Amino acid sequence: MENLNLVLPEIFISLSIMFLLVLGVFKKNSSKITFNLSFFTILITAIITINETFSVSRETLFNESVVIDSMSSLMKIITLIGGFLVLVISSSYLKTFKIYNIEYPVLILSSILGMMVMISSNDLIVFYMGLELQSLALYVLATYNRDQLKSSEAGLKYFVLSALSSGLLLYGCSLVYGFSGSTNFDIISNQLNSDEYVLTFGIVFILVGLAFKISAVPFHMWAPDVYEGSPTTVTLFFTIVPKIAALTVFIRFLYVPFLNLIDQWQMIIIFLSIASMVFGAVAAIGQTNIKRLIAYSSIGHIGYTLAGLATASNEGIQSSIIYISIYVVMNLALFSCLLMLRRKDQYYEDIEDLSGLSKNHPLLSLCLLVVLFSLAGIPPLAGFFAKFYVFKAVLEQSMFFLAIVGLLSTVVAAFYYLRIIKIMYFDKEKDKYDTDHSLWLKFSLTVSTILILLYFIFPSQLIEVVSRINII
Amino acid sequence: MNFPILSSLILLPIVGALFLFFTKDKEGNNLTAKYVALFTTIVNFLISIYLWISFDQSTSSFQFVEDRTWIEGFINYKVGVDGISILFIILTTFITPLCIISVNNSVKNRLRDFLIAILIMESFMIGVFCALDLVVFYLFFEAGLIPMFLIIGIWGGARRVYSAFKFFLYTLLGSVLMLVAIISIYWITGTTDVVQLYEIGIDVKYQNLLWLAFFSSFAVKTPMWPVHTWLPDAHVEAPTAGSVLLAAILLKMAGYGFIRFSLGLFPIASEVFTPLIYTLSVIAIIFTSLIALMQEDMKKLIAYSSVAHMGFVTLGIFTLQQQGIEGSIIQMISHGLVSAALFLTVGVVYDRMHSRLISTYGGLVSVIPKYSILFMLFALASLGLPGTSGFIGEFLILMGAFKDNFLVAVIASIGVILGAAYMLWLYKRVVFGKLLNEDLKKILDLNRSEYFILSCLAAPILFFGFYPDPLINTIEVSVSDLINMHNTNIASK
Repeated sequence: MENLNLVLPEIFISLSIMFLLVLGVFKKNSSKITFNLSFFTILITAIITINETFSVSRETLFNESVVIDSMSSLMKIITLIGGFLVLVISSSYLKTFKIYNIEYPVLILSSILGMMVMISSNDLIVFYMGLELQSLALYVLATYNRDQLKSSEAGLKYFVLSALSSGLLLYGCSLVYGFSGSTNFDIISNQLNSDEYVLTFGIVFILVGLAFKISAVPFHMWAPDVYEGSPTTVTLFFTIVPKIAALTVFIRFLYVPFLNLIDQWQMIIIFLSIASMVFGAVAAIGQTNIKRLIAYSSIGHIGYTLAGLATASNEGIQSSIIYISIYVVMNLALFSCLLMLRRKDQYYEDIEDLSGLSKNHPLLSLCLLVVLFSLAGIPPLAGFFAKFYVFKAVLEQSMFFLAIVGLLSTVVAAFYYLRIIKIMYFDKEKDKYDTDHSLWLKFSLTVSTILILLYFIFPSQLIEVVSRINII
Repeated sequence: MNFPILSSLILLPIVGALFLFFTKDKEGNNLTAKYVALFTTIVNFLISIYLWISFDQSTSSFQFVEDRTWIEGFINYKVGVDGISILFIILTTFITPLCIISVNNSVKNRLRDFLIAILIMESFMIGVFCALDLVVFYLFFEAGLIPMFLIIGIWGGARRVYSAFKFFLYTLLGSVLMLVAIISIYWITGTTDVVQLYEIGIDVKYQNLLWLAFFSSFAVKTPMWPVHTWLPDAHVEAPTAGSVLLAAILLKMAGYGFIRFSLGLFPIASEVFTPLIYTLSVIAIIFTSLIALMQEDMKKLIAYSSVAHMGFVTLGIFTLQQQGIEGSIIQMISHGLVSAALFLTVGVVYDRMHSRLISTYGGLVSVIPKYSILFMLFALASLGLPGTSGFIGEFLILMGAFKDNFLVAVIASIGVILGAAYMLWLYKRVVFGKLLNEDLKKILDLNRSEYFILSCLAAPILFFGFYPDPLINTIEVSVSDLINMHNTNIASK
């Protein structure tokens, strides 16, 4: 008999989704209660995850197709916290656009469920199931503001391109299955040997599909358009939560089934990493829309995360996970600021709208200043440490080229972050924005800014948590 | 060592800044904020004086050391001072209160934010000079960019945005390579603790590349020719207090870094690259002096003269002679005082006339005599007249240089003459001559606070000019031990 306690979080969240759907259908005006219940659902799921799985070092379930280990539980917790914060700060934005409906929390919950399945997957089929569940929910979320042309366009674009990448991924999976005779990661890892050249195609197809999901260059084309068109809260969701899941799967694929084929994929990852860092930095310079700019900046940050993965060492994996966790906090703060740019029920998302913000809203702009310097990787803010750990791992493997290109592209990237700061602090002020923000929005901005600002006092805690993750 | 005196020096300005952040800001009346900032910095100055008094001059080992685990098994928060760094700390704590007194007129809007930026800047700068761990050093070194970027960008002159960006990106570009080097040192030796690194040393085959990486950062920050171009822009556009901080203290970080890290950690490579430093320093001295001659903007002229003076400093450091390094340190301290004073004197007339062009002025001596006397003192100190602190520094540097390389010393001496030329010519055009500009007739002489600040700067310039022993005694043992260590390293390899 399997120990079902280990998958209790997934079971609980799927039952809750069904319950919420039923509730939404049968009860009139139920959006508020669905929202509140979904908060609790995520919180309870997170608590269950911590209780049931956090101390487990490694267990497999269902014919070894699901794995629970320290990485999966940590990543699930980060996913859940990210999802929770996105949900709680969404309400006022959705109300403004009159799309405060029950579908929103249900869709977010289902995509989180899909991600949790992905994170725990130890089998090609389980992995693909989770991936499709989260993707389908995300397609709908992208078009959620369906009265707006841009939102519909974003959803359609995302759907078409994502379906294409899923197709590639599936084809890669089938090639790998053909060569190894199994869908289980552990068995694949034992069966594969690097002499088969067609196998390389399989790996490349899988990596392309995954690179698409985390929007690494050159498979990033969808990101700016989708990020710009989707409702801002959904963009926030896109920039943080699916990336965590996709990164976990990335790590899992590279270091479990394909570990022996490291020569085949290491160059690909290095290329993806360098291309993303450089392109993300250069392309963001010309942007005028903040959401598009964030899209390019997130491409750049994914590049740094991949740099950690390219090292093929435990330190590298750990540094990538630290990077993505700090990145989640920074993005949360950034979007909280963005969601505060509201004047008379209209949200502003051009960089020019930030002009002179520091005179009218000194606190808000101070937070944004901290976040932007942190994103640029200036010490002593958290973003610096994220990069520091990654490059420490990269240099341990003597990959000097990767490190130097990465650090030089931080200088280029610093330029566009500075440009925003310049507009906020050096330019003439415009009209004031509304200040009656919801408590949760203020809460998330304050907490994330303080975390970024004071991370340097206690840097060891995060490392301690992450250092339990030993994949290789 | 019970009381963490260095940490309190670093933290106190930040506490003051936090306090300021929570004070109410009434429009037009910022006196409270100013007093709070002034109080904080003066207390900090007193602490640093206490530090100097209780400092043991007879040893070169680090004192007041604090060592705390910061990132388990990787980085320790380690600070301490020796004879080389203590003077820079005192310079920092001495200049900052003067900056704060001087902001009376130059900063009109958002005075409170300005003071916060200055206080944060001060604590980062003190941190740079006491850090005994490479990562901690890098952290402070880079973090200083944030407040300085804001100081130039928010309160600067007309082209402030361009200058702020140039300053930030130039220095960041220089520094990232140093970060690569620091992490590499960690992987080569297993530690980033400077004291331990002094003991174990770094393998010769890595030294050259690592030296170059550190050099790329320090050369930009010094600034050395040909990467000095950010400096005139930043200086000219920054508000007076910002220029003072930049010239007096920020530039010294790199000179300090050269002594502490380039010489201390990479002795072999320092020997190898001495010709490079000599060439760049000599070019800086001659070339930027000539450029300074042609400037029409007073602030720009002083900025170029800073580049030339820092050329002397780098020259002195890499003579690897006792006199040369001592001279460099004294030259840095002296330049800190003199350039601060010169920027403040320019600030005084700029506040009244709103022009930095030399051609606006002329004949000032007949309307504002007090000002003219002090200006003369500073100009003479800048060109290194005996009896001022500038002389001691330049003299020792040239002495060291003559010991090591005759040709370089001769060319550098020509730079001294050029230095006299541009400073005296500047003084002549501004202060002497006929009073042609009608507006100048209504100009007021120094008010009380300006008089106070400039006298505060003039006193140590004269004092150390006649009696440099306190400075030399403080640094002597540390420098001679540094050179001994260097020589044994060279001999053993």
